[in-house]
Amino acid sequence: MTDFTLQQIIYALVLGARWTVLLSLSAFILGGILGLVLMLGTISQRKWVKLPALGFIWLVQATPLLMQLFLIFFGPALFGKDVPAWMAACIALTLWSSAYLAEIWRGSVLAVQKGQTEAALSLAMLRGQALRYVVLPQAVRMALPPTAGFMVQIVKSTALASIVGFTELMKTGNILSNVTLDPFVVYGLVAIVYFCLCYPLSLVSRKMETVFDVTR
Amino acid sequence: MIQSFDFSALSDYSDVVRHGVYITLLLITVGAALGLAVSILCVWARLFCPAWVRIAVTSYVEFVRNTPFLIQLFFIFFGLPQLGVSMSEMTAAIVAMAINLGAYGTEIVRAGVQATAKGQWEAATSLGMTRNQAFWRVVLMPALQKMWPTLSSQIVIVMMGSAVVSQIAVQDLTFAANFIQSRTFRAFEIYFVVTAIYIVLAALVRLALRLIGRWVLATGEVP
Repeated sequence: MTDFTLQQIIYALVLGARWTVLLSLSAFILGGILGLVLMLGTISQRKWVKLPALGFIWLVQATPLLMQLFLIFFGPALFGKDVPAWMAACIALTLWSSAYLAEIWRGSVLAVQKGQTEAALSLAMLRGQALRYVVLPQAVRMALPPTAGFMVQIVKSTALASIVGFTELMKTGNILSNVTLDPFVVYGLVAIVYFCLCYPLSLVSRKMETVFDVTR
Repeated sequence: MIQSFDFSALSDYSDVVRHGVYITLLLITVGAALGLAVSILCVWARLFCPAWVRIAVTSYVEFVRNTPFLIQLFFIFFGLPQLGVSMSEMTAAIVAMAINLGAYGTEIVRAGVQATAKGQWEAATSLGMTRNQAFWRVVLMPALQKMWPTLSSQIVIVMMGSAVVSQIAVQDLTFAANFIQSRTFRAFEIYFVVTAIYIVLAALVRLALRLIGRWVLATGEVP
């Protein structure tokens, strides 16, 4: 059995944290793109666009992320397909964050929409133009703080990827804890690294709440 | 190779699933009750305790809100025994859920207390109550009533999050799913059905919380 110094443990954890950051970023970016499409779907006037989008958001929010992850990781075996852990984690987190982001953005858009859209339409703007030039610029201000807040949720949720065997921060912690037999120190350090990743985002979110205070 | 769906394997394991449902509901019931108690105590401590306690409470809230539930669970179950605090996996899961919900609940209840009109505090103290009495007898109930929907959502979120307690071998619903999956290799069908059960459970918990809100907190009567 090898002995690890504290520096070596921290170094390994930071290396693992890179994958946590990468996974969080890809889930946020891909989830954001899909979330935008979903959000536009939910404010559509066409029922056949609106209902599936709303249904998808409801379904994702009503089920545990771990189950979604397992379905994506183990499910395709039914068709003889093997999904690698990183891909399953990325797909599950993307779908999951798209639903929540769509819900956050939908809330912001609906909060500005009514009178503003009517005013824009009465100025002979098209619906798309009204959305693009009138509603969205205001909605973005409102949506920024909760979006930053949700990024914290994404970073925390990437820990679930360790369960299907993706070696990010949490999994690195598991391995180190098994090797060093010192779970108190290792898991304590893992928690601190997560905190260092998440807390700045929380602060940014809180700061933006006061900067973009729309209730003024 | 495309196989057909086969749900029949599941029926052989209905006992395992039923036990999993029972454990998941037990966890969320005890965890939510303890978590709410922790939230209320923390809000009280932030109002009435000396500065070092308030700082400790704030640090607790911030730390829990900015770390994953999974690491909190592992730290409690694997880390704490090194300090001589050993728990069974059920206790560890309940403690972790209570600590997790407690942190989020503190923020929610605090928002409710802050939203209570200043006049309420003043009216209570002018009746000769101390501020402490005013908190417990006047301010707390309306704060809980006002925030009950938010608290309910948070409890459901914690229940969804509790799926990971299967990782420390608590035999909850997810554990049942993994167990059956390892026996039958019918992954898709099992996770599909268990996910559906989670949807039903979430709806049931939501309904129960709404009834509790109506009966215990009389939420329906607040304008």
